[in-house]
Order: sequence, then C-alpha cells, then structure tokens
Amino acid sequence: MLLGYTITQWLFGILSFLSIMFGLMVVFSRNPVNSVLYLVLTFFCIAGHYLLLNAQFLAVVHIVVYAGAIMVLFLFVIMLMDLNHDNEPQKTWISKIIAGIAGGMLLCVLVGSLKGSEQLGISQYGSSQIGMVKNLGKVLFSEFLFPFEIASILLLAALVGSIMIGKKEIK
Amino acid sequence: MINGISINYYLLLSAVLFIIGAVGVMARRNSIIIFMCIELMLNAVNLLLVAFSTLHNDASGQVFVFFIMAVAAAEVAVGLAILSMIYRNVKTIDTDILSNLKN
Repeated sequence: MLLGYTITQWLFGILSFLSIMFGLMVVFSRNPVNSVLYLVLTFFCIAGHYLLLNAQFLAVVHIVVYAGAIMVLFLFVIMLMDLNHDNEPQKTWISKIIAGIAGGMLLCVLVGSLKGSEQLGISQYGSSQIGMVKNLGKVLFSEFLFPFEIASILLLAALVGSIMIGKKEIK
Repeated sequence: MINGISINYYLLLSAVLFIIGAVGVMARRNSIIIFMCIELMLNAVNLLLVAFSTLHNDASGQVFVFFIMAVAAAEVAVGLAILSMIYRNVKTIDTDILSNLKN
C-alpha cells in the first residue's frame, strides 16, 4: 500500500498515463517514423494492461502480432516510400481546431453516457484463470471453431489480395 | 472492480484512447498515420473487451479479441498494399491530394 493505493492501482495509473501520452505523441509527432515507434510503445502499454487483467496469453499474442508484425510492416512501407521527413504538408489550423473540437465533443458524449453505467451487473470478481492458454484453447476450438476456420480463409484472401494489388502489373 | 480497479476507469481509458485515434484520423493528412490511428481505435475497443471478459469471468470476450486481431492484420496487409500501389502511380499518399477517386 502506497499512499492508500495498492500496487495494482499504481500500475494501472502509470500504464494508463503512459498509453495516453504515447497515443497523443502518435498523433502529434511530425515524423512518421517517430509515430510508428510511439505506437509500438502504446501497444506495449496496452499489453501491460492485458497482464493486469489476467489475460497473459493475449498479452503475448498482442506483442507478437502488433509490435512484431504489423508495426514492422508499417515501418517497411514508410521506408519504402521515403517518408522519413519532418516537413510533410500539414492540414490548416482551422481544420485541426475543428477536429479537436469534434473529438472533445465526442469524448463528452461518451463520458456522459458512461456515467450512468455505475451499477453494472457484475457476476464475479477477478483472479480468474480464463486468460490462460488451456481455457482459451478450449473455448476457441469448441465454441468458436467455425469462426476460427473462417478467419483462416479471411487471412488467405488478404494474402492473395495484397499480392495481387502489390504486383507491378498483371500479365 | 478488477483487482481493486473499477471498470469505470477502464471505460474512461478506452474512451480517451478511442478519441485520440479519432482526432488523429481527422487532423492528419498522411494516409499511413491515419492507418495507425485506426489501429489505436481498434486497440481501445480490444482493451475494453478484455476488461469486461475478466469482469464477467467469460472467455468469449478474449476470443473476440483474437478475431479482431486477425481482421486487423488482414486489413493492414491489404491497406498497405493499396497505399504502396497508389504511391507508385501518383507519387503521394496525401489525403488532400487523393481526394477524388479519378486521379
């Protein structure tokens, strides 16, 4: 107990602060490469949140898929397009201000609608084992077997589609 | 409460992350950064799904997160292929220049 909060609450606060800060840096940094690196840091913070939520397997998958695969793809495309500059064209100030106002109003609507949700029907409290590989595998391969197979077809279609789109010309 | 943290804090954190992504989509011109902000919005929703899955002791939410990750991977692969093709033809990925389909 530190200052009346438990270690978990401290970790939650620090991780939340870091993820929001890095998320803001993704939007506000000038260089696209810096944006990608800040997004990777945001994803690590979100993986920390998954660990706090007893979803260990999901945290590992999150780091492998997002930080390992998707972000490397982003970096590769940015390097390929030679966008590693600080002086890319910006939107006008008026449209940036309008975007900020629109986001703030959306935040007001969301927070206002979430204020009434304090009496949620809570069934059981934490310290559960459902985030472990064994339980998730059981659910995934029994209840969600058909969507799992459909997801494999989706990935195959994305693979074929991206190769076809990315080719120089179709002979 | 999950380990002494109220679910309302998770709701608030996810809302803030989602709004950051939405503002990024509206305020930036670089298509790749718009893509990254969409990823941020997807992750905000994923975090909330995991929080509610732990709250209710139900594994379905975490399985949904798996499927969202698979769809996000497919989306990024196809989207970046489209962007690189556009860049090869038009030499820019600025959304204010790419504002009409017939370029």
